[in-house]
Amino acid sequence: MKLFEYRGKELFEKHDISVPKGKLVKNEKDFSGLNFPFILKAQVPIGGRGKAGGIKSVENLKDAKEKFSQIMGMNIRGCTVRKVLAEEKIDIEKELYLSITLDRSKRMPLIMISGEGGMDIESVPDEKIFKEWVNPLIGIQPFNIRSVVSKLKLEKEEEKGVAKVISKIYKLFREYDCELVEINPLIISKDGEVMALDSKVNINDDALYRHPDIEPELVELTPLEKDAKNKGIAFIQLDGNIGVIANGAGLTMATLDALTHFKGDGGVFLDLGGTDDPEKVKQAFELMKKAKPKVIFLNLFGGITKCDTVAKGVKAVITKEGIDCPVITRIKGCNEDIAKDILKDAGLITAATLQDAAQKSCELARGA
Amino acid sequence: MAIFVDDKTKVVVQGATGHQGMFHIGEMLDFGTKVVAGVTPGKAGQEVHGVPIFNDVKDAVDETSANTTLVLVPARFAKDAVFEALDAGIKTVVVITENIPFHDAMEFVHYAKYNDAVLVGPNSPGIASPGKSKVGILPGGIFLKGNVGVASRSGTLTYEIVNSLSEKGMGQSTCVGLGGDPITGTSFIGALDAFEKDKDTKAVVLVGEIGGTAEEEAAEYITKNISKPVFAFIAGRTAPPGKRMGHAGAIIARGKGTAASKIKAFEKAGVKLAKFPTDIADLVEKYG
Repeated sequence: MKLFEYRGKELFEKHDISVPKGKLVKNEKDFSGLNFPFILKAQVPIGGRGKAGGIKSVENLKDAKEKFSQIMGMNIRGCTVRKVLAEEKIDIEKELYLSITLDRSKRMPLIMISGEGGMDIESVPDEKIFKEWVNPLIGIQPFNIRSVVSKLKLEKEEEKGVAKVISKIYKLFREYDCELVEINPLIISKDGEVMALDSKVNINDDALYRHPDIEPELVELTPLEKDAKNKGIAFIQLDGNIGVIANGAGLTMATLDALTHFKGDGGVFLDLGGTDDPEKVKQAFELMKKAKPKVIFLNLFGGITKCDTVAKGVKAVITKEGIDCPVITRIKGCNEDIAKDILKDAGLITAATLQDAAQKSCELARGA
Repeated sequence: MAIFVDDKTKVVVQGATGHQGMFHIGEMLDFGTKVVAGVTPGKAGQEVHGVPIFNDVKDAVDETSANTTLVLVPARFAKDAVFEALDAGIKTVVVITENIPFHDAMEFVHYAKYNDAVLVGPNSPGIASPGKSKVGILPGGIFLKGNVGVASRSGTLTYEIVNSLSEKGMGQSTCVGLGGDPITGTSFIGALDAFEKDKDTKAVVLVGEIGGTAEEEAAEYITKNISKPVFAFIAGRTAPPGKRMGHAGAIIARGKGTAASKIKAFEKAGVKLAKFPTDIADLVEKYG
């Protein structure tokens, strides 16, 4: 779960990492108590908001009112701004980049730091990003921190300040089960203070249960995606017009790939997972119907999920409510013969191979 | 021979008395696996399909000489279960549990390495060496004994590919489900290394998917270290970036881990790639 900047900064403050004074402003009344000039920052869970006009400096009350109304409600790459953070302006001496993330290949937390802060880290050349891996069993040690901080060529006092922040964000990263903690920029102010001007904190969804203090963020899902989430079904709406139901993420993706091969477009990704519960299959098929694809392509490989269980669930929905689009099925594995009979009986098209089924689905979707 | 599990494998099942545990102990016994013990705290003295249940892994190892564990406990108890097994001297750990916090996985993966143990998973469907042993939840009926080694990051897709190999009469030495999580103990490299050394394995099939860089690293490793023919399928060629496709492993972020980059890396390493999962069998038949 990606936290908004202001919530990440709340965690920073809790871990004794300095951030600029600021507060969320919901309307103009909230400006009282803030000293001009200050900065208004749109709170959205994606990058690039500065370029999109989501960050503005304000000089006086009139200026603040005007710019606040511009930012609130603005659309930044598909995200509507519903929260705005007002923050004191800081005089910057140096801008750094600092992050801790998970290195999947080394299976270790990776610290990255650079003297080139403030810009997109992807555009900073590799030799200017210093990296250090931490053994998760022993935790961060002084030598880990020394090895990266010494490369930044800072003043002695600045080095000490940055070293402290690294050890604190490592603690935060581990304590809060983070996938990413990024501070860009981490600045050294004219007064010599090390401060986080931004925050990106991404918490591992699977660990949220042990962080009751982190309130779930409202994620922007389509109504059907929300419905699916509540039912525990992996359901993603895409741009195409063929609805794919398969079991297992890999097989579902491979099915979408097969459609692309025959010049069709997947419209829904529905992964039944390893269920063997006819009720869940019924719910999944109902969701698919509501998404109104032009063709439904059911691709099953029965192992733990038995083919006939799925077939029964699908037939139950069709018998009860009917269906107004063609359904192509391709069934393999455990109890496939029983399943094929059930599906034929329900009036569905059964194909012999994945290729045949994908090709047929694409033809029907094109109206052939 | 085979890799990771064979006829010397003696399995203890952690989380043996739950619905899944009971079902899969039965399935594994049918496959011929030596399931020697189950562990559920507080349930010592009970039996599941004739397999004795112990309170902890140490008791189970002392009594039965179990050398491999199958972890089926719920996600929030998984870290404790793996640590317990490693401290009891278990050298092969197969973690089926999904949705384990990745910080937990990171810790037990490192602890396994520190203990010189092989850890497969988490979020793995398990390992099967046909004719010898199956440790996991893979459907037993699809396998055939033979010389193709299979390592996969995807569950169902593996069953599909194994099934198509078996239908064409090409059996498997071992099939390893590596698991779909961002952090896994054994990667393609670990499996490739073991298959290269295994004299029963004549060809290797890799089933990859988008997300991470495991396939790119495998490609580099193949170029340098693998003499046996390698075949691959990559799922997610058309997945939109930034969307989580069903599980944690399958996400493209920041332009990395795309299917295109994986395919390119494999092609460079001389790996033959299939367009459809079921084509793998034809490729192996032709070139294997």
